[in-house]
Amino acid sequence: MAVQKLPLARALNESLRIALETDPKVLLMGEDVGKLGGVFRVTDGLQKDFGEDRVIDTPLAESGIVGTAIGLALRGYRPVVEIQFDGFVYPAYDQIVTQLAKMHARALGKVKMPVVIRIPYGGGIGAVEHHSESPETLFAHVAGLKVVSPSTASDAYWMMQQAIQSDDPVIFFEPKRRYWDKGEVDMEAIPGPLHAARVVREGTQLTLAAYGPMVKVCMEAAAAAEEEGTSLEVLDLRSVSPIDFDAVQRSVEKTRRLVVVHEAPVFLGAGAELAARITERCFYHLEAPVLRVGGYHAPYPPARLEEEYLPGLDRVLDSVDRALAY
Amino acid sequence: MTVESTAARKPRKSTGAKKPPGDAPDPDLIQLLTPEGRRITPSKGSRGARASRTPDSPTPEELAEYIADLTADDLRGFYRDMVLTRRFDAEATVLQRQGELGLWASLLGQEAAQIGSGRATREDDYVFPTYREHGVAWCRGVDPTNLLGMFRGVNHGGWDPASNNFHLYTIVIGSQALHATGYAMGVAKDGADSAVIAYFGDGASSQGDVAEAFTFAAVYNAPVVFFCQNNQWAISEPTARQTRVPLYQRAQGFGFPGVRVDGNDVLACLAVTKWALERARSGEGPTLVEAFTYRMGAHTTNDDPTRYRDAEEYASWEAKDPIGRLRSHLESEHHTDEGFFAELETESEALGRRVREVVRSMPDPDHLAMFEHVYADGHALVDEERAQFAAYQASFADADETAATEGSR
Repeated sequence: MAVQKLPLARALNESLRIALETDPKVLLMGEDVGKLGGVFRVTDGLQKDFGEDRVIDTPLAESGIVGTAIGLALRGYRPVVEIQFDGFVYPAYDQIVTQLAKMHARALGKVKMPVVIRIPYGGGIGAVEHHSESPETLFAHVAGLKVVSPSTASDAYWMMQQAIQSDDPVIFFEPKRRYWDKGEVDMEAIPGPLHAARVVREGTQLTLAAYGPMVKVCMEAAAAAEEEGTSLEVLDLRSVSPIDFDAVQRSVEKTRRLVVVHEAPVFLGAGAELAARITERCFYHLEAPVLRVGGYHAPYPPARLEEEYLPGLDRVLDSVDRALAY
Repeated sequence: MTVESTAARKPRKSTGAKKPPGDAPDPDLIQLLTPEGRRITPSKGSRGARASRTPDSPTPEELAEYIADLTADDLRGFYRDMVLTRRFDAEATVLQRQGELGLWASLLGQEAAQIGSGRATREDDYVFPTYREHGVAWCRGVDPTNLLGMFRGVNHGGWDPASNNFHLYTIVIGSQALHATGYAMGVAKDGADSAVIAYFGDGASSQGDVAEAFTFAAVYNAPVVFFCQNNQWAISEPTARQTRVPLYQRAQGFGFPGVRVDGNDVLACLAVTKWALERARSGEGPTLVEAFTYRMGAHTTNDDPTRYRDAEEYASWEAKDPIGRLRSHLESEHHTDEGFFAELETESEALGRRVREVVRSMPDPDHLAMFEHVYADGHALVDEERAQFAAYQASFADADETAATEGSR
């Protein structure tokens, strides 16, 4: 069946299965990815079908997982590693930033680093500390890394395969609170480029740009705005490094207003970069300053406060109102 | 609590007051050539040494077998390797002093550890160095002048790792132990019978990455040899600041053998590394080799060891010089004549000359080179910034052209 309706996590699972089937050099590594199938079951059943040699349960050592993946990539493998939760990636940050990101450049192009680092990220699931963070900007700031985040099952399916096929290291942020959201996946589609943004809803008065978990919030905001007679365009960036500025520019030249929404703290975040670039590119088109909606400059709060911390419908619409008021 | 009451408390025992065992040479250090240059031939029954190492350690007579077939030519070859490596190192140090290199990390004193272990590797083995393995690079056939690009500031590593199976130098301490382990896991998956060797120092042994590499290597039984050159100092910090137990003993806790070898004895380093690599190849997993040696020079040319170590210590190690002891051996065993040493001196001079010439004529990289190879598959932002930078650079060329045209009028 070419088109299937799948939860996002299941789409990732199918995608990893295809990658394992297609390329014998693809390996999955991580804590609990084997028999358990990962704490979110994204790798469910894969060890059973591909063996312990291809779907590898690792020691509980994040730097070790990424560092050995680098060695395996040097040997010609294409490791796909799982970091169990966003807040656990920091022990591996050194290996990612000082080694993985720079190896290709240091070797003057002689060495390729086709490593994918999967990170279930973001909040909204009522988790404890270190289980709800959005550290994408920390990685996007580092040259040599690519950073992407799907928002739908279809993108999860296709973007994962494209990430694995890339000869560059890709940090693949999986929106964990969307793991159970179902979407149609066309298994035979020809996917667009990995780093191209996508207009998911056409509108005329303002562009909402988001990625990963916030795309759904923006879609809900656009639906609510429509009831009030306001037409919002929603752009799914899909990639935080590189950012498809051309697509944002096209949209802003049409709508003349931009609000960027992400879970990560606003300060020095992807929204800041978009605000700066779009102001440079579209200064004479803009009717309002680019506004940002996101997390605060505070540690991710305890679960009972996360609804206040995370951008929700009301905060997005509040910024929309502010932008429209100029 | 008042200040007085704190002061009145009995001071805690300082961990730095008493030298932990990590700082003292093990009485059972594996040695096959004495500092005087006398070859040690272990007799049967000299197995006592094994007891103080970790389980599965080689016996001295087992090790002796690894060097039993060495010819006089081989020995002269090791001597040549060490002399030329030292000469190259000295030349690089001088070039740094002359401002031709931004920095240099000298290997002075560690020639035996590097040549012994480097010559133990097979062509299809893979080497992961830190940033001081000039002697190992020499053994792997990397042109020594290629090592200088990063120190001169024209690149971050000037060789293709795959052409000599010698990975790029790694500056962040201990990172490469994990790369080596991952690579070795790949070797095992491929069913190949080659082995991997990771170099690092006593300072790096404190890093989590090295401990994680030990864990991964042990649980996956990876064919990797961890070759720790304990040169006694991590910049100004003695080994006593890194460990309370002799470093080789750490291996035991991870479940693989650790051995301490006299790092200034090229024959012992060769034998132990051959033994460890063979173990890896035959599926017996990792080994930790601690080469007990001494950094005769500074950590790098930025460092001043006279501030933290005394002359006596230096003198005691000078007497164990790795090159001197092999020379004594060669002379006493009549493997050489004056002609050999004279010829080597000429070769050494020629190497020094070549290194000077290559370094001084090393071109600066093209301005646009910083945008090259950031990504294998390209990246829109890099493309955009490259174009901006190129246009900016070109604007000067245009200005120069205008000025030249105006000047000629």
